[in-house]
Amino acid sequence: MELKEKLLSSFLAFENQVDVDTYVHDIRSKAIKTFETKGFPNKMDEAWKYTSLNKILKEDYSVFSKEENALEYSDVKKYFIHDIDSYKIIFIDGKYSSHLSDTTHDGMDVCLMSAALTKPKYRLVIENYFNKAAKDDGLSALNTAFSKEGAYINIPKNKIAEKPIQIIHFSTGKESALMLQPRNLIVVGENSHVQIIERHQSLTSNPVLTNSVTEIFANKRAIVDYYKVQNDDQNASLIDNTYINQKQQSHVSVHTFSFGGKLTRNNLNFFQNGEHIDSTLKGVTIIGNKQHVDHNTLVHHIEPNCESHQDYKGIFGDNSVGVFNGKVVVEKEAQKTNAFQANNNILVSDKASINTKPQLEIFADDVKCSHGCTIGQLDESAMFYLRSRGIPEKEAKALLMYAFANNVLESVKIPELKKRINKLIANKLAVNIGFDL
Amino acid sequence: MSKYTEDDLREELKTKEYEYGFYTDIESETFPVGLNEDIVRAISKKKEEPEWMTEWRLEAFKVWKEMVEPEWANVHYKKPDFQAISYYSAPNSKPKYDSIDEVDPELLATFEKLGISLDEQKKLAGVAMDVVVDSVSVATTFKKTLSEKGIIFMSISEAIREHPELVKKYIGTVVPQKDNFYAALNSAVFSDGSFCYIPKGVRCPMELSTYFRINQAGTGQFERTLVIADEGSYVSYLEGCTAPSRDENQLHAAVVELIALDDAEIKYSTVQNWYPGNAEGKGGVYNFVTKRGLCETNAKISWTQVETGSAVTWKYPSCVLKGDNSVGEFYSIAVTNNYQQADTGTKMIHLGKNTKSTIISKGISAGKSQNSYRGLVQINSRADNARNFSQCDSLLMGNECGAHTFPYIEAKNKTAIIEHEATTSKIGEDQIFYCNQRGIDTEKAIALIVNGFSKEVLNKLPMEFAVEAQKLLEISLEGSVG
Repeated sequence: MELKEKLLSSFLAFENQVDVDTYVHDIRSKAIKTFETKGFPNKMDEAWKYTSLNKILKEDYSVFSKEENALEYSDVKKYFIHDIDSYKIIFIDGKYSSHLSDTTHDGMDVCLMSAALTKPKYRLVIENYFNKAAKDDGLSALNTAFSKEGAYINIPKNKIAEKPIQIIHFSTGKESALMLQPRNLIVVGENSHVQIIERHQSLTSNPVLTNSVTEIFANKRAIVDYYKVQNDDQNASLIDNTYINQKQQSHVSVHTFSFGGKLTRNNLNFFQNGEHIDSTLKGVTIIGNKQHVDHNTLVHHIEPNCESHQDYKGIFGDNSVGVFNGKVVVEKEAQKTNAFQANNNILVSDKASINTKPQLEIFADDVKCSHGCTIGQLDESAMFYLRSRGIPEKEAKALLMYAFANNVLESVKIPELKKRINKLIANKLAVNIGFDL
Repeated sequence: MSKYTEDDLREELKTKEYEYGFYTDIESETFPVGLNEDIVRAISKKKEEPEWMTEWRLEAFKVWKEMVEPEWANVHYKKPDFQAISYYSAPNSKPKYDSIDEVDPELLATFEKLGISLDEQKKLAGVAMDVVVDSVSVATTFKKTLSEKGIIFMSISEAIREHPELVKKYIGTVVPQKDNFYAALNSAVFSDGSFCYIPKGVRCPMELSTYFRINQAGTGQFERTLVIADEGSYVSYLEGCTAPSRDENQLHAAVVELIALDDAEIKYSTVQNWYPGNAEGKGGVYNFVTKRGLCETNAKISWTQVETGSAVTWKYPSCVLKGDNSVGEFYSIAVTNNYQQADTGTKMIHLGKNTKSTIISKGISAGKSQNSYRGLVQINSRADNARNFSQCDSLLMGNECGAHTFPYIEAKNKTAIIEHEATTSKIGEDQIFYCNQRGIDTEKAIALIVNGFSKEVLNKLPMEFAVEAQKLLEISLEGSVG
């Protein structure tokens, strides 16, 4: 049975199994209809011109995990940023693991979507925010229809979350192939500040497809730093749909580090609903061996005096494919917008390819918008400089690549995370650079 | 050509209507409206074409019937009814003139209004003109000088009759019949156009030039241009367009094919000033053009265009860099005002080794217009050491217009070096203030700044065109000062 039919037919069973709250129930039923009409995107969709899901959708995925699976902390410790104190929301095969998690209700809610969707005390927040930012394309609608579990974070006014929050989705590989649909909702109140690290990790080589939707609402003057670490197993695929709704003077930054996975698609959407907003989108992609990473970004400048900065770096080896499609829309009212977009790529293999499309759509005249995009190689004279000082070729190359990716890393505000990313990069480049950057 | 002063411009700006908006009443022989196989056959017969050409057209027509109009471009318009167009019209009296005096005086007057008086051109400019009025060439000058060098420059229908071997060999090799909807339509019904062949090692001594003009009410214009530069030759080709003002939308679907063989160079310059519609966005020409050039080893093709007219423009002059060390260039200024829409850009397909391409695109949007740059840079896996530089700058005037960029960049070779940059800005108040301070009024200041903005492209135009292009820029942007 095709995945689409399978999903459609299992929707009823799914609805019966969860508590029926009419408000959410209506949203889900509407979403499944949207998915039924729109289905999965194909290459005819302009936004999916360079990324095909066909191969991935052919796997026979289980739509729900049949049993509760447990993991020992010692086995999975390495996937945590374990040297800092943090809140943790951990899922195993799509189900919440209270054993590994560390949640709170003390002055703010760092807990579960399943609780938020069903308990009456969250009702108001759900009605105000749930599914309010997500677009109704096929994949997001599919997630909405099956939205049940994920992270729910609600930081009230004037509150600084004193430690970062880690959201990790493990898949154990007990199912031969598994589809996961986590749904996260993050609401950050006025003047509040939060740091979040998100990671998807498959523990075996059984195929996993994750179709995740995250909605982030940053109210007035809120500061949100969101880090996505994508270093999954070679057989795991991720479609990440993130929607960020910003109010005036809020600052939201999203850093995406893509090193692993088979196919990774990041749909990152920023909507600026207020003045003096700052949005930052940064990413480092280092892939090889048949991997495919696609960054699809949208920054929608709706009101005046806002800024956006995009900086994506990519290094592509073996027969990997990189895609970047960055879109900046500046509405008529959004005067004095300052939008910057850069996409730099290095191809290190003859079989690798990169497709990039930095796109500007501008309707306001008093704006500063620019984009730059390059594809090139490592500087030969720089290589020579390093080699002539006795640095082996491999290390010299790695050093230059570090330098290339560095200005994305610089803006990572959690030092331990930065260290970890550095290590991942060193691993990925298969070198021991011998010092911390 | 008398010197064009700023006072002249002011005078011209007072009469806001499209300056070339007049209509010449020449008795025309026009086909019934609609398109079917018989019409295609009739066009072919009318042009006294050989059998293979008729078959070629029919093949294209068959493909066209199966195709649908493309909708991906960032333009919105009422689709033309292809069955409501007459596909052929020719000025009635069409003997070949030996001297200019024999030409229909009304036609001559038309040329004069366009500022291309034949004898003036002959004497002063040294430009050979293959003048196309409503699809049939009525006068060709300097043919003799050219033929001494072995250069063939004639209308394509003549070429089909006189040099069938060349036409047969090259037509449709760069833009195949089934390339796209409009190219297929053009292949089926093209009425006329220019043909140019530069033999081996010859450097064409003058700029070759064609003026196109839509003249007959309700006729679409389907031009076909084929330029072949044989090994080691050089040619500079100019194409300029003006069209009379008319309320009904007119369709223009031209195909231009350039072939630069080993070591050859073709420079193709266009000034496009079709009727853009009035200030309310009524009327105007639909300009759906397919232009493409093929570069063999060490060859170079350079496209330069100034696009100021047309209600809707859909145009992507492209270079296929097939041979090693070949070079492609694209310089463009696209100006849109009022309700004009332009979706234009280029494609650079790098196939050979050490191929280079440069793209400089300047978009200026004013009024309620939409201006899009859409380009593709493709480096194939065998194109070692390919190099591309692209720059797209947009200038916005007023907050009711839009500027868009859709650059597609695809690299499959690790030795490729590609740079792309784009900026969007407006004319700075400080710049205007600086000019005002020095006694230059705002309107002129804007013209000055726009000229500076476009300079990189204007400099690429041949002298004759550069003057005309500057003038056009000013006229096109008239009244857009907020």
